[in-house]
Amino acid sequence: MAAATTTSSRRVVALCGPPNVGKSTLFNQLTGLRQKVANYPGVTVEKKIGGMKLCSGEEIDLVDLPGACSLDPQSEDERIAVEVLSGRNATVAKPAAAILMLDSTNLARHLSHAPGVLELGIPTLVVLNMADELASRGGAVSAAAVAAEIGAPTATVSARRGGGMDEVRKFIEGAVVPPKPVQLPVLQDVPAVRKWAGGVAQRCGYAAPGPPQWSRRLDRIFLHPLAGPLIFLAVVLAVFQSIFTLAVPLMDGVDAAIATSGAWLGAVLPETAFKGLLIDGVWGGVGSVIVFLPQILILFLFIGILEDSGYLARAAVIADRSMRLVGLQGKSFIPLLSAYACAVPAIMAVRTIENKRDRMATLLVAPLMTCSARLPVYALLIAAFVPERPLLGPLFGTRAAVLLGLYAVGFAAAVLTAWLLKSTILRSVSTPFMLELPPYRLPTLRSLAYRLIDRSKIFLRRAGTVILATTIVLWVLAGLPRENGEPPEIADSYAGSIGKAIEPVIEPLGFNWKIGIGLITSLAAREVIIGTLGTIYGMEADEDSVELQAVLRSELSFGASIALMMFFAFALQCMSTVAIVRRETGGWKWPAVQFLYMAFLAYAAAWIAYQWFD
Amino acid sequence: MSLADLQPGALAVIEALHLAETDAHRLMILGFIPDTTVGCAGRSPLGDPVIYRIDGSEVALRRETARHIAIRIESPPAG
Ligand SMILES: Nc1nc2c(ncn2[C@@H]2O[C@H](COP(=O)(O)OP(=O)(O)OP(=O)(O)O)[C@@H](O)[C@H]2O)c(=O)[nH]1
Ligand SMILES: [Mg+2]
Repeated sequence: MAAATTTSSRRVVALCGPPNVGKSTLFNQLTGLRQKVANYPGVTVEKKIGGMKLCSGEEIDLVDLPGACSLDPQSEDERIAVEVLSGRNATVAKPAAAILMLDSTNLARHLSHAPGVLELGIPTLVVLNMADELASRGGAVSAAAVAAEIGAPTATVSARRGGGMDEVRKFIEGAVVPPKPVQLPVLQDVPAVRKWAGGVAQRCGYAAPGPPQWSRRLDRIFLHPLAGPLIFLAVVLAVFQSIFTLAVPLMDGVDAAIATSGAWLGAVLPETAFKGLLIDGVWGGVGSVIVFLPQILILFLFIGILEDSGYLARAAVIADRSMRLVGLQGKSFIPLLSAYACAVPAIMAVRTIENKRDRMATLLVAPLMTCSARLPVYALLIAAFVPERPLLGPLFGTRAAVLLGLYAVGFAAAVLTAWLLKSTILRSVSTPFMLELPPYRLPTLRSLAYRLIDRSKIFLRRAGTVILATTIVLWVLAGLPRENGEPPEIADSYAGSIGKAIEPVIEPLGFNWKIGIGLITSLAAREVIIGTLGTIYGMEADEDSVELQAVLRSELSFGASIALMMFFAFALQCMSTVAIVRRETGGWKWPAVQFLYMAFLAYAAAWIAYQWFD
Repeated sequence: MSLADLQPGALAVIEALHLAETDAHRLMILGFIPDTTVGCAGRSPLGDPVIYRIDGSEVALRRETARHIAIRIESPPAG
């Protein structure tokens, strides 16, 4: 089981090593958990504790750590790894043993990480991962020979396929007899340590693998001055188009399932207030959001392929040039790109940025990137207001173009804000950009499938908690005060009065009080507005099912619909983001600044859009 | 000569790192150690950063950083 702190009675085994060697893959194998794994350095940025049951019946706490290049941390994620290893972390007990994971395809260099960890004096197993890749590229290594040379037990594994796990389990159970310790080189002297590592590799007969030919071929295409950017653009356009075309049949299916089950429930349930809540509130509100799951999954499939293949690191290199114009560097691009999924992990991922002010600037602009919670809102409004016409043949139409435009607006706002911050309050001398590029790896179906399953769970959990809760509160507020024992017209209800109270403020943007209610509830989470509108109109409509798109067209002018999209592009309507920014910055000041700044942008952009298009 | 002058496909040997202590340390951990062979693997489509082959892996650096790494040429550019 996952836990936030280790249990005092259990032994702690720490899993450490340089970035992107497969630590989280091994952790998942041993604990059965699903830590995020991807093919770029800096995926894990927080320690993660997982329980593991040994054959003896004993339970231990395995701790997955962020990758660290040395015991002298340069970034926040490295600091966490070093703290835990040296027993200085408040929530993790001092490790009783450590597993140092290294990449066997680059053994000579990776062995230079060994002396630092071995000298901590914790019993350590050195794990040489990627044995499958080493073999397929014609290399070979003998674990026993390495063990004798470095004076620590050593095992070769291939964590992705589960090869060599028995050795690792045996070590954790304490059943491995360590070899005789040897004299290790002085740490501070990097060239000397590297020389020692080279000697070890040579003496134990390490056969280095041939170069990763496939990676080189792919890089010749993807980094080609012309073909590279064109291929990337084509793929992005295809993804946006498929959000509208490919997802539609799936969405129709989900929609039909919700409508049928709602109608069935409506028929079998007795007429009570509870029935109203269930049918109008829950089925109308939560159901209208769940419909958008297929579109979100298409986006995540795309992000998953980018991350698992190793292309993301290349994208960061390409983006470095543009990031430099605004005073940031390529490393900031990785969190910004992951903010397309969700701002919360993106804000945690800024920990990998060494420069403190760059880190702050990236954290502050990340929520402007179009996260997946905005996608349902955009998709609904675009489907309601933008007629589909082909632009680039049947492959790319107007709707996909508008969606792409909205993503571009968010990105532009993020980049310009970063520039503003970096040229004023967060000005700093730049930290040199250095990024190690992993070889391309074929994303496994299994890992892509897990990504989609995990994302669906998160999405449904949100629908079942935040969205359900706001829907219920709204349903109650819309049903009170009762007049002669009957629920009032929505306009006369408490919810209606709240909406009407803010109507004067949002009228210049083309929004009426019903949209106003949606804007308020969506402060909890963006997609709540869909559920809210679903509930409001569901209660108003005479029939059970209302076509939300048709209702929106009668409530909003074209200009107001663009204004609403602009508002959602900029506003910080997400309590999880506010909470994580507070935690990462250690106070309320930055989340408050960020919230107000984004509210200002949202209002101004919506106002301009309304004036312009109406 | 500096690493920034290295053409794609060419090889060289690193002589010295003329950078601030912490930056030089980070580079050395990535493999940029004096007397190590370094190759230029290619450039990003916009010409900068440049990708170097160093000690079994590929690392992207900006020209402004590469300029402070002194090298001596081993072999002339191939092709
Ligand atoms: N070929 C091969 N690939 C592997 C193996 N183990 C892990 N990988 C891949 O290596 C990449 C990195 O794996 P992670 O588990 O995320 O690495 P990590 O050490 O946790 O990385 P950070 O959290 O960034 O430090 C992923 O693409 C994995 O699929 C293996 O045994 N063989
Ligand atoms: Mg990891």
